[in-house]
Amino acid sequence: MALGIGTEPTAGSGAMPGGSLPGTARSRPRAVRLPRSPKILAGLAMLAFFLLWSIIGPFVAPYSPNNIGLNSPVPLPPSAAHWLGTTNIQQDVFSQLLVGGGAMLLVAVVAGVIATALSVIVGVTAGYLGGLADDLLSMLANIFLVMPALPLLVILFGFLGKSGSNDVFLIGFIISITGWAWGARVLRAQTLSLRNRDYVDSARIIGERAWRIIFAEILPNLTPIVASSFLFTVLYAVGTYSAMAFLGMVTLPPNWSWGSMLFQAATNNAELSGYWWWYIPPGLLIALLGTSLVLLNFGIDEFINPRLRAAGLSRRTGSRRQARALRSQQFALTPVLIEAAGAAATGPAPTGGSVRAGGPA
Amino acid sequence: MSGDRLLEIRGLCVDYGHGPDAVHAVTDADVVLHRGEVLGLAGESGSGKSTLVMAATRLLRPPGVITGGAVRLYPAVGTEVDLLEADYDVLRVLRWSQVSLVLQSAMNALNPVMTIRVQLTDALAAHQPHLSRQDRHARAVELLEMVGINSDRLSSHPHELSGGMRQRVMIAMALALQPQVVIMDEPTTALDVVTQREILEELKDLRDQLGFAILFITHDLSLLIEIADAIAVMYAGRLVERAPASALFRAPRHPYTLGLLSSFPPLHGPRTPMTGIPGSPPDLRALPSGCVFHPRCRFAFDKCAVQAPPLAVVGASNDRLAACWLQLGDGPAPAELALREPDLTEPTASANGTQTSSGPTGRPAPTERPAPTGVPERAADHEEPVQQGSTA
Amino acid sequence: MRVIARRLFFYAVTAAIAVTIDFFIPRLIPGNPVQAILSKIQGQLPSKATIHALDLQFGVNTTASLWSQYTHYWNNVLHGNLGVSTMSYPDSVGSLIRAALPYTLGLVGVATLISFVLGTAIGAIVAWKRGSWLDNLLPVVTFFQAAPYFFLAFVAVNLFAIKLGWFPSERASNVADFPAFTWTYISDVLYHAILPALTIVIASAAGWIVGMRNVMVTTMDEDYVLIAAAKGLSKRRVIWYAARNAILPSVSGFSLAIGFIVSGSLLTEIVFSYPGLGNLLLQAVSNNDYQLMQGLFLIITFAVLAANLIADFVYVFLDPRTRQEA
Ligand SMILES: Nc1ncnc2c1ncn2[C@@H]1O[C@H](COP(=O)(O)OP(=O)(O)OP(=O)(O)O)[C@@H](O)[C@H]1O
Ligand code: SF4
Ligand SMILES: [Mg+2]
Repeated sequence: MALGIGTEPTAGSGAMPGGSLPGTARSRPRAVRLPRSPKILAGLAMLAFFLLWSIIGPFVAPYSPNNIGLNSPVPLPPSAAHWLGTTNIQQDVFSQLLVGGGAMLLVAVVAGVIATALSVIVGVTAGYLGGLADDLLSMLANIFLVMPALPLLVILFGFLGKSGSNDVFLIGFIISITGWAWGARVLRAQTLSLRNRDYVDSARIIGERAWRIIFAEILPNLTPIVASSFLFTVLYAVGTYSAMAFLGMVTLPPNWSWGSMLFQAATNNAELSGYWWWYIPPGLLIALLGTSLVLLNFGIDEFINPRLRAAGLSRRTGSRRQARALRSQQFALTPVLIEAAGAAATGPAPTGGSVRAGGPA
Repeated sequence: MSGDRLLEIRGLCVDYGHGPDAVHAVTDADVVLHRGEVLGLAGESGSGKSTLVMAATRLLRPPGVITGGAVRLYPAVGTEVDLLEADYDVLRVLRWSQVSLVLQSAMNALNPVMTIRVQLTDALAAHQPHLSRQDRHARAVELLEMVGINSDRLSSHPHELSGGMRQRVMIAMALALQPQVVIMDEPTTALDVVTQREILEELKDLRDQLGFAILFITHDLSLLIEIADAIAVMYAGRLVERAPASALFRAPRHPYTLGLLSSFPPLHGPRTPMTGIPGSPPDLRALPSGCVFHPRCRFAFDKCAVQAPPLAVVGASNDRLAACWLQLGDGPAPAELALREPDLTEPTASANGTQTSSGPTGRPAPTERPAPTGVPERAADHEEPVQQGSTA
Repeated sequence: MRVIARRLFFYAVTAAIAVTIDFFIPRLIPGNPVQAILSKIQGQLPSKATIHALDLQFGVNTTASLWSQYTHYWNNVLHGNLGVSTMSYPDSVGSLIRAALPYTLGLVGVATLISFVLGTAIGAIVAWKRGSWLDNLLPVVTFFQAAPYFFLAFVAVNLFAIKLGWFPSERASNVADFPAFTWTYISDVLYHAILPALTIVIASAAGWIVGMRNVMVTTMDEDYVLIAAAKGLSKRRVIWYAARNAILPSVSGFSLAIGFIVSGSLLTEIVFSYPGLGNLLLQAVSNNDYQLMQGLFLIITFAVLAANLIADFVYVFLDPRTRQEA
């Protein structure tokens, strides 16, 4: 669904439905301690960079993203005046990049918020109620999952016309309609497994109301999955918005975006003529923005399912040789690390401290 | 049941993780399994039984690390392989042909997407490439019939079998290459009592027919009296007592064994109140000083908190070992721990448990072997290698 | 086969909903598409019948009840009548799609298959060698997972077609019209397909790699994989025992992924001027060819549903537990 962005949530990425979450054993809401994994840190840093870029970008852009009145029939390569060169109609690429992040991020966040809200509502309701309601809601989610989003969005925006496609909130809303189903499915599975936990049972037995159980017992424990599904939808929306812009469905001025820059580059055959400064920067920025979101999502996945972490052993290992031996161990070949003073590393000698006591005689 | 050793675990130490956070799951464990012997390994949940056997076969998963000791397999008299030094290819040859494995849940141990036929014959194909397809099929039929399953089940998938049948298939699989050792990690725990009993009976028959040795792990001591020749008891990753099965039952020598025995209603004999063991097992990251059992031991005295008792021979015969100061001459043992042993002159006495080596007394010494290369200390083989329970 | 029957029913419902969406969108969104269409094809003197058909298609200037319009619409769809294209009037939408569909099916089908096989294999190996240098592959994979297909297509064209000149940069063959199934023609088509296919493979394999790796890591903790190793089977066979199970979630996740991949591939086609559905979609958008858009939506949806059905068959074939009757 992340049209053009290859972020398909193949099974296994994302939360394992039904899998247990650390921290779900207790009913009291807890702040989620994000592990200080390099993935999460890198993802957050990159995301902060893009936020900053989009917010201050328009103010620091050296030129207007539109025509700047230079006179040249072909795009000009990067120069001191135009760091990333110009387009065929002499627009400053760098300025377009600076201006083009905001609308896209806004669309993505709007879509992310609405879609996440929808998926929480549908997923938790289906999982908590079960029965017919579950069947129907699950079917609804599955229908939205298999229906290819790009052509659907094309007809929606086609009939809406160009006026509709300039409204950032409308675009965000429509994208969210095609993007909520995956989160709903994962949340439903997790709710289903939470519902059968002891503390939820006991809350039900003592007569807590359904909405109280959902808000006090279930939702707090879904936090990592909700976060992951939000990030996923944001990523999906970035890709979808770029794809739509790339199809020329988003009118250019005033809604500059990296996707529409690629559309312009494509219609003017920039890749055939070697105007790399025109299409590499916007493409790279979309890819890196996506990477930051994927990294964050990986981090959350590893938090949910610690087995996914790259190295199996604790980082505080002894010597480097040991660390290497432990990290790159083979399957079904338990490493032997015998540290006997002076003895061979993997010798069969008994451990240094052992003392042979008297024999049976 | 000859007395010569088959699998010898010496001073094995196993950690989960590395560095200061490491869990010391097994410490200085000595276990010797003899040819044709059924050795029970008992202990509370978390005492390190599975860790011990999985590490010994090098099958323990990360973050498990072997940090000390030696494991030797004697495939035939006079041959010896050090499993801790072996690489993957050496192990591959020994695995299943010498040592096979039955796990608690056959549902998990059988591959859900492959037929019983494939899973019964894959090891044959890997180890005996000269066998034809027909030979393998014939062997698979034979194996299934051995455990009382009709051969038309060969094309079934695991989910089409009942729990008992699955465990029987696992046992048939484990016997496919006629290994000398079958390690069984709680093979019947997941089954109902009736099936449990049936399978145990079948297992005994098969053992009598085929003569393989079994390392039988369970936390149900009452099961072991039915099947085991000898029993070793583990606590907090250490072996605390080992003895011939009946001796251990009638006359335990370690307070922990006594506690374990009284946690179960006795199958035979008069009913005694179930007392069990107070408290809970220690944190393996930060073990108590001295005897690891002392915080829970009702007989503990001053020395226990200071010094760790070694696992040493107690009493007259050399097939009883216990790691408790009470048995090592520090004052008379309380009456419960000094019961008279059953008569050991019966032939079963030779099936002595974890008796770790043939001493000057007792069983005939195994064939004299040259000391394994590179391991000069092995010259001390004829000593009982009792080791101080090193409390890290 | 109950699983398949249930899925078939589900796909039928989804297809019906797609047709219904197609029917209602022009009626719900304000504006008169017929006027727009007529102004487009001005001067080509559309017949009265054409105008009437258009009116009925979009529900304007008609006294017919909504229900009869709806049944009429269904009747058209079931007879393969998807209306006329305004941008290439008087060609029918059906004929345009028929000409483009084989290219897309061939390109996307083969590329998806290759990417699935390659991606799952790599994912399995990365999981197996966890802790080795292969782990460093994951951040790279992350980048490709996040990069838009069409951006990768730009780079591929520039690098391999323009700079290195290894492959043609656009179109599906050097001949304009389909001549005959000669070897020269087929090899020419294959030659033209390599670069776009490569782009799709690289862009979509990342998802399979990560998905397979994560499931495989979990599967390797299963007892049956340990038992396979304990049996002394060869490493390759042990990996196979794990992978054979770990692939199941990837196959069932296929239905999620295929939508992404198809969408991405359509955009890739555009960069390569590949004469498939993607290019048709771009033309439909830039010419406001509503009926073509609608027809494309239906056909692409049906194709995705068909791909899902195939994946379901494969799943049932791979997982004996689903074959159990009752
Ligand atoms: N992956 C691991 N990481 C850290 N500690 C572990 C791990 N696996 C096991 N342990 C710890 O090692 C100790 C020994 O576990 P082991 O499974 O060997 O016990 P056991 O005697 O087989 O118990 P049971 O009867 O329940 O099977 C336990 O205290 C357990 O908590
Ligand atoms: S050594 Fe002391 S604490 Fe340990 S078991 Fe014996 S009596 Fe109890
Ligand atoms: Mg165990």
